Amino acid sequence: MGGFPILSLMLLVPLVGGLACFFLDAKAARVVALTATLIDLALGIALWANYDIGGAQWQFTERAELFAGFSYALGIDGIALLLIVLSVFLMPICILASWEAIEERVGEYMAAFLFMELLMIGVFAAQDLLLFYIFFEAGLIPMYLIIGIWGGKDRIYASYKFFLYTLLGSVVMLVAMLWMIGEAGTTDIPTLMQYDFPVGAQTWLFLAFFASFAVKMPMWPVHTWLPDAHVQAPTAGSVILAGVLLKMGGYGFIRFSLPMFPEASAQLAWLIFALSMIAVVVTSLIALVQHDMKKLIAYSSVAHMAIVTIGLFAFNVQGLEGAMIVMLSHGLVSGALFLCVGVIYDRLHTREIDRYGGLSINMPKYALFFMLFTMASIGLPGTSSFVGEFLSLAGTYQVSTFVTLVCTTGIILGAAYMLYLYWRVAFGVQKNADAAAMPDLNAREWLMLAPIAAAVLWMGVYPESFLAPMRKDIAALDARVARAKPAFDSALAAARPEQVRKEPANAMPHAEGAGEGEGH
Amino acid sequence: MHPILIIVFGPLLAAIVGGLGNRALGNTIVKSITTGALFLSCALSWPIFLGFIGGSYDPVVVPVLQWVQSGTMSFDWALRVDTLTAVMLVVITTVSALVHLYSWGYMEEDPDQPRFFAYLSLFTFAMLMLVTADNLVQMFFGWEGVGLASYLLIGFWFRKPSANAAAIKAFVVNRVGDLGFMLGIFGTFLVFGTVSIPEILAAAPGMAGSTIGFLGYRVDTIDVLCILLFIGAMGKSAQLGLHTWLPDAMEGPTPVSALIHAATMVTAGVFMVCRLSPMFEAAPIALGFVTFIGAATCLFAATVGTTQWDIKRVIAYSTCSQLGYMFFAAGVGAYGAAMFHLFTHAFFKALLFLGAGSVIHAMHHEQDMRYYGALRKEIPLTFWAMMAGTLAITGVGIYWLHAGFAGFHSKDPILEAAWARGTETAHFAFWLGAFAALLTSFYSWRLIFLTFFGKPRWAASEHIQHAVHGDHHDQPSEEDAGHDVAHHVPAPDHGDGTAGYHPHESPVSMLVPLGVLTLGAVAAGFVFQDAFLNQEGFWKGAIFYNENLMHAMHGVPLWVKLTATVVMLVGLAIAWLGYIRDTEMPERAARQLGPVYSFLFNKWYFDELYHFLFVRPAFWLGRKFWKVGDEGIIDRFGPDGAAWAVAQGTVGAKRLQSGFLNTYALWMLIGLVAAITWVLL
Repeated sequence: MGGFPILSLMLLVPLVGGLACFFLDAKAARVVALTATLIDLALGIALWANYDIGGAQWQFTERAELFAGFSYALGIDGIALLLIVLSVFLMPICILASWEAIEERVGEYMAAFLFMELLMIGVFAAQDLLLFYIFFEAGLIPMYLIIGIWGGKDRIYASYKFFLYTLLGSVVMLVAMLWMIGEAGTTDIPTLMQYDFPVGAQTWLFLAFFASFAVKMPMWPVHTWLPDAHVQAPTAGSVILAGVLLKMGGYGFIRFSLPMFPEASAQLAWLIFALSMIAVVVTSLIALVQHDMKKLIAYSSVAHMAIVTIGLFAFNVQGLEGAMIVMLSHGLVSGALFLCVGVIYDRLHTREIDRYGGLSINMPKYALFFMLFTMASIGLPGTSSFVGEFLSLAGTYQVSTFVTLVCTTGIILGAAYMLYLYWRVAFGVQKNADAAAMPDLNAREWLMLAPIAAAVLWMGVYPESFLAPMRKDIAALDARVARAKPAFDSALAAARPEQVRKEPANAMPHAEGAGEGEGH
Repeated sequence: MHPILIIVFGPLLAAIVGGLGNRALGNTIVKSITTGALFLSCALSWPIFLGFIGGSYDPVVVPVLQWVQSGTMSFDWALRVDTLTAVMLVVITTVSALVHLYSWGYMEEDPDQPRFFAYLSLFTFAMLMLVTADNLVQMFFGWEGVGLASYLLIGFWFRKPSANAAAIKAFVVNRVGDLGFMLGIFGTFLVFGTVSIPEILAAAPGMAGSTIGFLGYRVDTIDVLCILLFIGAMGKSAQLGLHTWLPDAMEGPTPVSALIHAATMVTAGVFMVCRLSPMFEAAPIALGFVTFIGAATCLFAATVGTTQWDIKRVIAYSTCSQLGYMFFAAGVGAYGAAMFHLFTHAFFKALLFLGAGSVIHAMHHEQDMRYYGALRKEIPLTFWAMMAGTLAITGVGIYWLHAGFAGFHSKDPILEAAWARGTETAHFAFWLGAFAALLTSFYSWRLIFLTFFGKPRWAASEHIQHAVHGDHHDQPSEEDAGHDVAHHVPAPDHGDGTAGYHPHESPVSMLVPLGVLTLGAVAAGFVFQDAFLNQEGFWKGAIFYNENLMHAMHGVPLWVKLTATVVMLVGLAIAWLGYIRDTEMPERAARQLGPVYSFLFNKWYFDELYHFLFVRPAFWLGRKFWKVGDEGIIDRFGPDGAAWAVAQGTVGAKRLQSGFLNTYALWMLIGLVAAITWVLL
C-alpha cells in the first residue's frame, strides 16, 4: 500500500458519510451509514492484510505538521491495528441493529454513529499526544448524544453521569499531558514511549492518566456510570460502548501508562490489583441479583475488564497478550450479548428478565446464538474469552498467587450469573403469552449475530491470527517495562540437598515371596 | 489420515450437522448420522486398543492445529494416542455408541430428538478431546466441553425448574473444581515453563523437594500443584465436598446418566490422576490426600446409597462411591488397578443405568422403587441384564477359580493394593473400602429385590395411575423426580397391587445395548485383567507402573483376598433378610436409628449446608453491594452528590444546567478548544 494514506481515508469515509446523513431522510441515511461502515470495514481488512507482521513497529504512518509542534500524525502498531479492526467490524453490525429500532431523527443518529467511528479509529491511530486527546475526549460527545437523545426514559440522568465521570477523569489527564509535553519537548507518542520521565514525577503522571483510564475501563469504584449508561442507551449504543469505548481505557494503559511510566506502574500495581480483585468479586455478585438484562451484562463487563487490568500489570508477555485478547473478545462477546438483549427488546420493549422465559421454544435460532455468547462470556475453552482469560490469569499467577486466586473466582461467579440469566430467559416454561408469540431471528438479525459468532470461535480455536500481529509490540513493551518488574511471591526455590526425594511416593521394596499368589 | 482424527472429529461433525440441521433434517436422519458416526468411531477404536494389548501399537501424537503461542507459553491442538488413551477410547466410543442406539427407543416419544442426539455426540467429541490431550490446556478444553454437554443434557427437559437448577448446579460446582485445575495449570507453567504433559512428567521427579510460594506460604512445589489439579478432578468426579451435583444430575434423561454420569465424564478425574501419575508420584502429601478423599467418598456415598428410594439416585451414589475406589487405588500407587476398575465400571454401571432406564420405561416413568416390585416376570430380559450388572458391581466371583464377574477382577485388586501398600493411610482406605463394599452389596441387592421381587406395589404410583387412566396431562417423555408429595390418588382396587397395569419389555433398540453391556459386565474383568494389572508392556509408560506393588498385591494374606467376597455375601444376606424375608424390618431399623437414618437419607445435609454457607450469602451480598455499595455510597457521594452541589450552586451554574444537550456539548467544545489554545499559544 506504500504511501497510500489508508488511515486518513478510514477517517474520511465516516466523516463524509456522517455529514451527508444530516441532510438525508431516514431511509437514505440508513443506506449511506451502512455503506460507509462497510467501506471502512473493507479498508480495515485491507489494513490487516497489508500489515507487515514483524516489520516496522509503526506502519501506515502519516504526518502533517500543523502549528506549534502539534501535528496530524497517524500510524499504527499491531495493538492499534487489532482494536481498529474490532471497531470497524462492529460498526456495520451496529447500523444493522439500529435499522428498525431507531425511527426518530434517523439522519442525526446515523451521523452520530459515523462520527463515533471516526473518533474511535482516530484514538487508536493517533501518534500525536494532543491529537489523541482530542479524539479520546471528543468520542464522548456522540456517545453522550446517542444516550441522551435516543436513550430510554432515564436517559438524561444516565448521560449526565456518563459525562461527569468521564470528563472529570480527562481533565486531570490533560494537565498531565501538558506537563509531559513541557518536560519532553514533543507531542510525538512513539518518542514519548521511549522517554524516561523522572521516577518522582511518574507517580503523579500515572495517577493523572489513571483517573481517566480507570473511569473508561471502568474499574471499581468509578464504574457506576456504566450500568446506567448501558441500560439507557439504544442497543447499538451499548454495543459500541461495551465493544470499543471501554477498550480505550485498556488501550490507554498499554499505550501510555505502562511504557511511559514503567516505574510508577510497578509501584502502583498493588492498587490496580486491589481494585481489580474487588471488582471481580463485587460486580459479579451484583450481577447475580439483577432483574434488568442490560444491567446484568454491564456489571459482568466490569468484572471482565478487571481481568484485563490484572493482566496488564502482571509485567509479562502472557499477561499483556491475555489482556489484549480479553479486550478484543469482550468487545465481541458483550457486544453480541447486548445485541441479543436488543433483539428481544425490539419485540417486547422490556429488559425485565422475568417477562421472558422459554424462548428456546419459540426462538430456537436465537437461543442457540444466545447460548454460544453466554458460554463465551463464561470463558468456555474454544471461545475467544478463554484464551484471553487463561493467558491473563496465567500471567498474573507469576506475580501473585493470591490475586490470581481471587480473580479466578470470577469463573465460578460468571458461570452462576450467566447461566441463571439464560435459564430465566431461554429455558423454563413460556410464562407470558406475548413473549411466547415472539418470532425467531429474521435475516437482518441473523446477519448481525452470525459474523460475531464466527469471530468468537475463530479467536478461540486459532487465536494466532490475532496474537501474531501484536507479538512484536507486546515483546517490545515487555522489554520496556522489564526494568521495573516487581518481585513476585510465587518464586520457585530449588530443593536443599537433604530435601530431595529420589524415590516415587509409592515406591516399595521388592516384596518377599512376590509372585507366590496368583492374580485373579 | 490417522484413524484417531475420524474417531474424534466424526462425532463433532455429526453434532454440528445434526444440531444445526435439527428439524430441517428430521428425526431419523439426525439420529442416523450421529449414531452412525459413533459406531464408526467405536469400530476404529477397538483395533487401536487391541493393538496395544497385542503389543503391536506404539504411542503416537497426531498434530492438528496450532493453538496458542504467547511468549514462552505455547500449546497446540494435538491428539495423543497411547495405552491410557486407548483404554478411554474404547470405553467412551463403545458406551456412547450403545447409548445412542438405546436412545432411539428410550427417546422415541420426545419431540426434541435431534437436539438430544446432537448433544450426545457433542459430549462424545469433548470427552475424546479430553482423553487425547497432549497438554494440560487441551485437557481443560475437553474438561469444560464435557461440562457444557453435561449442563445441556441435564437441563434437556428445560421446562422443568428442577432440571434447570440441577444443570446450573452441575456447572457451577464443577467450576469450583476448575478453579483448582486452572491454578494448577498456571502453577505448572510457572514451575516447568511448559504445559505439555510429557515434558511435565519428565521433569516432575527432578522437582521433588523444591518449594514454591503460594498465597504467602512456602510449600512443597509438586504437592501443591498436584493438590490443585486434584481439586479439579474432585469436581468432575464428584468426590466428597464437590459431589453434590451428581445426584441432582439424575434430572437428565436416563441414557445421559449412563453415558456421562456413570461411564465416562465422571471418570475424567481418575483419568487425569493416572495421566499425571509420574507427577503425583513426586508428591507424597498430595497422594495421601487423594487416598483419603477417595476412601472417604467411597464410604460416604455408599452410606447414602443405602437409604435412597429413587432408583437412579441409588445408582448415582453408587457411581460416586465406585469413583472413590478408583481414586484411592491411584492414591496408593495402583494406577493400573484404578484404570481397570474405571474400564469395567464403565460397562457394568452403564448397564445398570440403562437397565434402570428400561425399568422406568416399563413403569411409565415411575422412578420410586417403593412403587415397583415383582417385575422379574414382566420384563425378564431387563431383569437378567440388571442381575448381571449387580453381580458385576458387587464383585461376585470365586477366588480359588480366579473367575468372576467384572467387579470381582477390578475391585478386589484395589483392596488388595491398599492393604499391600502398607501405610497408615492405605490401611485406612482398605478398611473404609471393605466396609463400603458391604454397603455396595447391600444397596445393589436392595435395588434388585425392591424392583424385581416381592409383590407388585404399582397401584399407589401416580405415573401408573396416569398410564391406566390415560390422562397424559404433561409431556409423556419427561421423567418426573420429586413427585412423592402427590401420591394421594386412591388406587382402584384390583386386589393385586398392579392397578391393572401391564409393564412391557423395552424395544429391541434398547435391549441390544443391554445385551452388549451384559457381555461386558460378565467378561470384561476376566478377559482384560492380565493386561491391565500385570503387564508393564501393555502400559508402555503411559502410567506410573509400580511393579513392586503389583507383586506385593499377590502376596497379601488370604483373609485380605477373601475380604471383598465375604463382605459381599454379608451385604447380600442383609438385603435378603430385609427386603425378601421380613419386609417390615427396614422400617423398624429406620425408626430405631432415627437420627442416623435421617442423616443418611438427607445425604449428610451437604445441600442444606452449602445453601446456607454459599448460595444465600452470595445473593445477600450481591444485593448489599448493589443497593448499599453502588447506589448508597458510590453514587450518593459521587455523581449524585456532585449534582446536588451544582444545584445548590451559583445562579451562573444554574444557567449552565440548562438541560439542553446541545448546550452541554457546546460548552464542552468551548472548554476543549480553550484548553488547547492555552497550551499551544
